[in-house]
Amino acid sequence: MSDPLKGYKGRGRDVLDSFGVRVWSDAEIKTTRGDFRGIILPRSENDDDLHIVLKLATGYNVGIDVRTITDMKEKGYKEAHYKIPEKEFPTSPDKPNVKLLGTGGTIASRLDYRTGAVIPAFSPGELYGAVPELADICNLTTEKLFAVFSENMGPEQYITLAKAIGTEIENGIDGIVIGHGTDTMHHTAGALAFMVQNSPIPIVMVGSQRSSDRPSSDAALNLIHATTAAAKSDIAEVMVCMFGPTSDEYALLHRGTRVRKMHSSYRSTFRTIGDIPLAMVERDEITPLRHDYNKRRSDRNVNIYPYFEEKVTLLYYYPNMLPDIIDAIVEKGYRGIVIAGTGLGHVNKPVYPAIERAVKKGVAIYMTVQTLWGYVHMFVYDTGRDLMAKGIIPTENMLPEVAYVKLGWALGQTDDLEEVKRLMLTPINGEITEREPYNGYLVYQGGIPEVEEFLKRVHK
Amino acid sequence: MEVALLLRCSIVGELHITRKQYLDGSIPTGFQRTAIVGIEGEIPLKHKKVRIIQLSLEEDACREVSDVGHERVYTTDRLGMPLIETVTYPDMTTPDEAAEAGQYLRFLTRSTGKMNTGIGAARQDVNVSITGGTRVEIKGVAHIKWIPELTHNEAFRQKALLEIKKVLNQRVENPQDWKMESADITDDVKTPWLKECRERGYRIVAVNLPAFRGLLSFFTQPGQMFADEISGRLKVIACLEKPNMTHSEALENELVPADRALFQRSFQSKNRDDDNAQIIFWGPEGDIQTALDTIDERCRLAFMGVPNETRQARPDGTTRFERVLPGPDRMYPDTDSAPIPIEDAMIESVRQNLPTDVAERVKRMESWGIPPHMHAYILRRNLHPVLEKIVAQFDADPRFVGILLGQTLRHAEGQNGGNHRISDDRLVALFTFVRKQGLHRDILKTLLPALVLHPQKDMARILNESGFRPAEEKEILARIPDLKKRYAEIRTSKHPKAEIAWVMGQLRPLALGNMDLKTLRRAVDGGMA
Repeated sequence: MSDPLKGYKGRGRDVLDSFGVRVWSDAEIKTTRGDFRGIILPRSENDDDLHIVLKLATGYNVGIDVRTITDMKEKGYKEAHYKIPEKEFPTSPDKPNVKLLGTGGTIASRLDYRTGAVIPAFSPGELYGAVPELADICNLTTEKLFAVFSENMGPEQYITLAKAIGTEIENGIDGIVIGHGTDTMHHTAGALAFMVQNSPIPIVMVGSQRSSDRPSSDAALNLIHATTAAAKSDIAEVMVCMFGPTSDEYALLHRGTRVRKMHSSYRSTFRTIGDIPLAMVERDEITPLRHDYNKRRSDRNVNIYPYFEEKVTLLYYYPNMLPDIIDAIVEKGYRGIVIAGTGLGHVNKPVYPAIERAVKKGVAIYMTVQTLWGYVHMFVYDTGRDLMAKGIIPTENMLPEVAYVKLGWALGQTDDLEEVKRLMLTPINGEITEREPYNGYLVYQGGIPEVEEFLKRVHK
Repeated sequence: MEVALLLRCSIVGELHITRKQYLDGSIPTGFQRTAIVGIEGEIPLKHKKVRIIQLSLEEDACREVSDVGHERVYTTDRLGMPLIETVTYPDMTTPDEAAEAGQYLRFLTRSTGKMNTGIGAARQDVNVSITGGTRVEIKGVAHIKWIPELTHNEAFRQKALLEIKKVLNQRVENPQDWKMESADITDDVKTPWLKECRERGYRIVAVNLPAFRGLLSFFTQPGQMFADEISGRLKVIACLEKPNMTHSEALENELVPADRALFQRSFQSKNRDDDNAQIIFWGPEGDIQTALDTIDERCRLAFMGVPNETRQARPDGTTRFERVLPGPDRMYPDTDSAPIPIEDAMIESVRQNLPTDVAERVKRMESWGIPPHMHAYILRRNLHPVLEKIVAQFDADPRFVGILLGQTLRHAEGQNGGNHRISDDRLVALFTFVRKQGLHRDILKTLLPALVLHPQKDMARILNESGFRPAEEKEILARIPDLKKRYAEIRTSKHPKAEIAWVMGQLRPLALGNMDLKTLRRAVDGGMA
């Protein structure tokens, strides 16, 4: 039997109790502010204990201050149960088989309009109920690996995921979709690109920037696009599949090692940095934008390297940085530091001695750039040369977050710093590229007439 | 909170932000956030009380600029602006009561001094239903003066739809069996303007509507017939720009005889029934099916009477279809915001500073003898507080001050495009000035318009420029005998009162501000001389 005073605690609970009024009852409430009538709704656990939530006949919710209540009476009772209409996911032998791996968070959901409760959908049947288009694309099976928030994804989860992917490939799946929170999706994408090499099938990460309880949600469309990419594309790499333009048009497939979340709330937040994306995905079409990708194969060979050293950090340099920060990191036993330096890859002189001390203690230090675009280039100024002399290794145009997961991955495999250096500087899947193409750096400046003209014509 | 208390609403204990789905594109997030502040209030009209269901706080949507075919353009200039929505019970039983309630709410919000004014700043959604009809919402009525006519026309439209319902149900025993037919006649049409449609790449479709003879042309609104109900939906739902159809009972868009024959031939084989009516519509191929579904749906709804819809007000007092009326199922709590508690202390502090009730203000003005036609300006300009202040502070004659504000000021502020507004402080300052200078109040009628026109000018200067110069009452009265002598010489008119008028005219500029003009007049006409 569920709690008849669901969500109520403290004074609110006492008041409901004393008048013998239950959640879901149609109640008449007399208060010092006037009379109210409506259905008593459960209260969110995080809200205070001084108010009762009432759904009025007009459909609106209001809160009643329990300190003003003089009398309450139940006039009826109408309990509501909500469940996603679950339908069996239709399968057919001519459709590719896709596995959806869940990491936590809500991939798709349905909203109950009366209470506002968001009901998560995850099983194939639930997903089919929420996003029926999926059945036209593939035979879908799902597995929830763990349930953590995006910001809590870490080495343990990377390794579990990599192993699960290996198993799925062995078992003959045609494509993998990984549901993931968007905040750290590019960290996980980078880690998987290093841990899962030579995959014969597409591995597509997907999330949603707007939760499914909003009409502007991108959840369903992203899921449709990601499933399409996993089922039908011939790009056998670790990718991120998210909104391309701001409107509901197409998704972009980004290489896992070059993608970055670039806006806190836009749906078109993921961008390939320093290069162009792999492909555009529409509901029934995948248009490659480049052709130098790993092609889908029918064999089941894949190399899984499930290693990660946790004692690695990413240090964002700022002009007033004091050397003791670096000393402290070393003292705490860190084995690797990725610095996001200024400009071409610089830090100030006062931290030099600390860097020297760290290198002497065998800490691997790699340099990336805060500018995100462009290469580390430490020969241009004396500062850069000095730093290299002290043992800092530049990482070309590897993104700071990617360098961080790669260093963790490399140090997880070996203590030999020369081997670590070899791993770090040998590109595995585009994390270091030979050149940044002319259209790899596009941050247009608003306000300029030609840009404004472009924006007026092209709504992307 | 202030408005909710003025409406005598019960204030909620906690504000819950609700999302209301808006999928027409006017709110980019797809939902409008709304919160109930109070419920169950009332407003007093002259002869009854209108009850309030609720007062809520909402965010405004985008304004639609244009809607052509499949493209709608909005401006975002008022998107997200907070607004108050007041919902009344259906207590207004005549078009005029609806307008009176609108006026009352207008004066009430203005009494707070905290509102925006201007076109569209306050909008009414006028809900109309008649016995047997359905609640139809007329959205965004920008002028209260439109309400009575809109209400009347909508009541009439509903009556007409109920008549149509009656006829249809007489003709068709079981509405379930009613079935329309359609035929693509694109390649066969001969009528020149239909051929033009074909050249534009449109498909042309003929539709046969059994049992609708005489009903397509059934009068619904001034200048409109039932066929316009269908045409309006074709525009909004199927995105077919008007003109999008013609029909067998149309007054315009005549077909050539060959087409008329074609029209009938298309359906003749199956239907000999002479209750048929026909529609021809045209549009892009991709929209044809939606259009057919739309016609079918509207015709089926005709069997049931008045469909649930929101309609748009037009300046001529008629309305057009906007969309179907959404139900309460489109609301759910906003997951981004926690409830906001409203403490007793907050309510009390607002209650302490409430403006006087509008009804109370009207009563007071009546008791002061301020002519009723001047009340509206005082209320809508929210001049009542300054009126009371002046009366109290200067022990002034309320009727005089009321007329000064309701008539002289109204006229002055209406000049020059209505761009000049005098502040309450400056009004009080003017009374202070007149009192300090020992001027007679009559001069206020001259100074006030000048002050409105020149908000920056010094009062002494305005007084100077008005032609005023100080003079003793004795000195002014002493001139009367001489002026009368002069009038005897010139004799401008035979009218018995001409002499008095002429003398008054000569003395008025000097007397204004120096003495009571009535005293002067009595002196001139001999009453006191």
